[in-house]
Amino acid sequence: MSGPGIEIRLTLNGESIRARVAQEDRLLDFLRYERGLTGTKEGCGEGECGACTVLLDGVPVNSCLIPAWQARDRSVETVESVPEDELAALLESGATQCGACTPGVVMTAWWVRRNRDLVDTHGLRELMAGNLCRCTGYDGIIEGLEAWLESAKSGGGESEGGA
Amino acid sequence: MKRVEGLSKLTGRELYVDDLPVEGCLWGATVRSPASRGRIRGIEFGDSVDWSEFTVVDHRDIPGSNSVFLIEEDQPVLAVDRVRHRHEPILLLAHPSRAALRRAVAAVEIDVEPEPPMLDFRRLPLPEQVQYGDDNVLKRLRIEKGDVERALTEAPHVIEGVYETGAQEHVYLETQGMLAWDDEGVITVTGSMQCPYYIVDAFEHALGRPTDSVRIIQAATGGGFGGKEEFPSGIALHAALLAMKAGRPVKLIYDRSEDMEVSTKRHPSRVRHRTGVDRDGRLLVQDIEVVLDGGAYVTLSPVVLSRSIIHAAGPYACDHVRIDGRAMFTNSPPFGAFRGFGAPQSQFACERHMDRIASEIGIDPIEIRRINLIGDGDATATGQVIRDGANRLEVMDRALEMSDFRQRTTAHTGFNQSEPTLRRGIGLATFFHGAGFTGAGEVFLDSEVHVAGLLDGRIEARTANVEMGQGTLTVFTQLVCERLRVPVEAVVISPVDTARVPNSGPTVASRTVMVVGSLLEAACDDLRSQVGLGPDADGGSLVRAIRDWHEAHPGQELVGRAKYRQPEHIEWDDETYRGDAYGAYAWGAYVADIEVDLRTFIVRVRDFVAVQEIGRVLHETLARGQIQGGVVQALGWALLEECKWADGAMENAQLTNYIIPTTVDVPPIRVDFLEAPYPHGAGGAKGIGELPFDGVAPAVANAIASALDVDPTFVPLTPERLMDLALHAPASGGGAP
Repeated sequence: MSGPGIEIRLTLNGESIRARVAQEDRLLDFLRYERGLTGTKEGCGEGECGACTVLLDGVPVNSCLIPAWQARDRSVETVESVPEDELAALLESGATQCGACTPGVVMTAWWVRRNRDLVDTHGLRELMAGNLCRCTGYDGIIEGLEAWLESAKSGGGESEGGA
Repeated sequence: MKRVEGLSKLTGRELYVDDLPVEGCLWGATVRSPASRGRIRGIEFGDSVDWSEFTVVDHRDIPGSNSVFLIEEDQPVLAVDRVRHRHEPILLLAHPSRAALRRAVAAVEIDVEPEPPMLDFRRLPLPEQVQYGDDNVLKRLRIEKGDVERALTEAPHVIEGVYETGAQEHVYLETQGMLAWDDEGVITVTGSMQCPYYIVDAFEHALGRPTDSVRIIQAATGGGFGGKEEFPSGIALHAALLAMKAGRPVKLIYDRSEDMEVSTKRHPSRVRHRTGVDRDGRLLVQDIEVVLDGGAYVTLSPVVLSRSIIHAAGPYACDHVRIDGRAMFTNSPPFGAFRGFGAPQSQFACERHMDRIASEIGIDPIEIRRINLIGDGDATATGQVIRDGANRLEVMDRALEMSDFRQRTTAHTGFNQSEPTLRRGIGLATFFHGAGFTGAGEVFLDSEVHVAGLLDGRIEARTANVEMGQGTLTVFTQLVCERLRVPVEAVVISPVDTARVPNSGPTVASRTVMVVGSLLEAACDDLRSQVGLGPDADGGSLVRAIRDWHEAHPGQELVGRAKYRQPEHIEWDDETYRGDAYGAYAWGAYVADIEVDLRTFIVRVRDFVAVQEIGRVLHETLARGQIQGGVVQALGWALLEECKWADGAMENAQLTNYIIPTTVDVPPIRVDFLEAPYPHGAGGAKGIGELPFDGVAPAVANAIASALDVDPTFVPLTPERLMDLALHAPASGGGAP
């Protein structure tokens, strides 16, 4: 870490932490290289591909575009925080192939899953348009998200926290 | 069966090379050529950097031969005194801080005395641009059958066309990267790759090290598509050279821009057709010339050219065929393996040309295919007689039926007459793709697979074939389970680590399931017979027999083995290019239904139907995923993805302006399979990884042709290029822009 660094406090995957971040570090660098949360991937480094998607105060952002210090006093959620049993529908549908875009896809889908009202005004393809995938052709992702939303409806799993 | 490593990927636990924590690791970086051709006059290390902090490697640090081992030995690991393309690697740097590395790379000044580059593969080189042989031709190949000249003079109609395709970047979502370290005298590399044994060979050659002091381990690989076939060998060498000199582990990870600027791409092509047909549209003679841009080194271009010409005549029966192929040297970064490997380029031309022929002689594009598709007992251009039980007409008819082709053609005509600003069209392509290495290639690969019976009775499959998203781990697990009647928990797939797995060949050419999977089945059989059981044994007895074997043979390894043996029906002559080019072909018929907005010339794909015969579907979800993913990647090539070149370098080397399809750019891809089992493929399967790439661009271009009454001869059909075509080109065609 170079430069003087900035002292911040944030909530990371539900845990309140203090950290000193380099002023030039992106949130992505902080998560991957300072906190070892390597689930979050760098795909393009310029906010196009969505592989680095995390939730900032419950809303998806590209962590390659957010300076780490801007997470000060905010809540950051990464793919490591998503309960494994929530992922059955995506596994079943073929939503992941090579896996490099997958954590970002999961985070956007998790946001949709926790904010079901979004689907009243937006199509699933529109909601997922910020996550590039080069393997699946997207059908496995969209079908998996549909099934996830469906199972959550019938399973009544409204116990989640979220934004 | 669920994807074996699926949950690990969905939870983010899967470890790719940049995710591996390494104590004391340095970062590596590459200093590259600023010119597309010239003589290196000098290298200046700027004063702004304290160079004593850096490990610096140049060509003098290469202990063995300074070339990346592949077909030829012309590509240096690091340039010596000449450069042949922009971004050619010259120096390597390592340092603990990535920020410091970036500043250091910028502080190195490479002074190149420029020489005239050759940047257009379609033109003849000027004398001062000749750099390879006496005409810059890297490789020439020819296929010939019948008497083409006579047939051309006798044909009632001769129809010509010239078709062009552009470069395409793979855009695997994980960029290229390698980690190297010296593990007590064994140079060890882990990273993103399709072909670990290519890297072993490259190390033996350039580092002058015996194979047993080299160890290559595949890390989780975030997509390959061919882009991680040959290209990673160079990065692995770079990382190893830095690690050897620094005496510390070195990670060399490309960011997206570097990856796009320097890595291989799909070969640009120009294909010329001269085709004689009778009044009904029957193909009498096909005279075809295929020219590929190979770039600045030979790399894999000769074999890409080979596959390209073998597929150039399409899935049709024709008695007189001549196909001339040339791969050209240019001063572009080398073009390389990319899903389809030359076949998408030549079949784009063929399938566009079929529609042009139909249009010129006034017959239906469906009928011209119905008349000419290879029937049982007909021969391909190389003289390979097809008797595989597949019904190509049924494949086409299924696609037509699923897409309501005829009804929609009529509906679109009405729509186009009443709608002022939108035009709809529907297009068809029929195509094929041969799986496995070409000709005798599989014999030369001499692949070997092991299946070990472990102490605890579990079974471990050992191959060099990697999971890169396509489903190797899952299908291999499934094949072992089915063959040995054991549950999933009893099967382990070995990490791809050259210290542990035999060389079962590269993970390319749609060969993993069909060829290697079939060896896996044979190795399972060998394991079972070694413990004294026959093919009827159930899984429980096998597990017990393995444990008993170990009790009786303490300290020994129980390994079932299989080596490739060419199926007896295959005969190939590499000299004349005659015979059975591939053990099996998969067959496809794709239909694209599109809408063009005349105000923007954006093409919207309204519907896409993909029907194929693939031997046998081993895993429905994975097979469907391969087709859908391949179709969408090819839609990118057809409509969106354009590499912009300036002075021999890619100008738009970033995802902001190199546009790949998103969820909203493509419709759901509707897939169906027909099955005619291939006796020599695992479970009857043929290769499918590359197949979907071949049929997409021509189906889309044919649909655009019908929507706008234009004759597109090129891809990508970006809005700008389509507008130029529609507003400025005569409907009867002509060359590419």
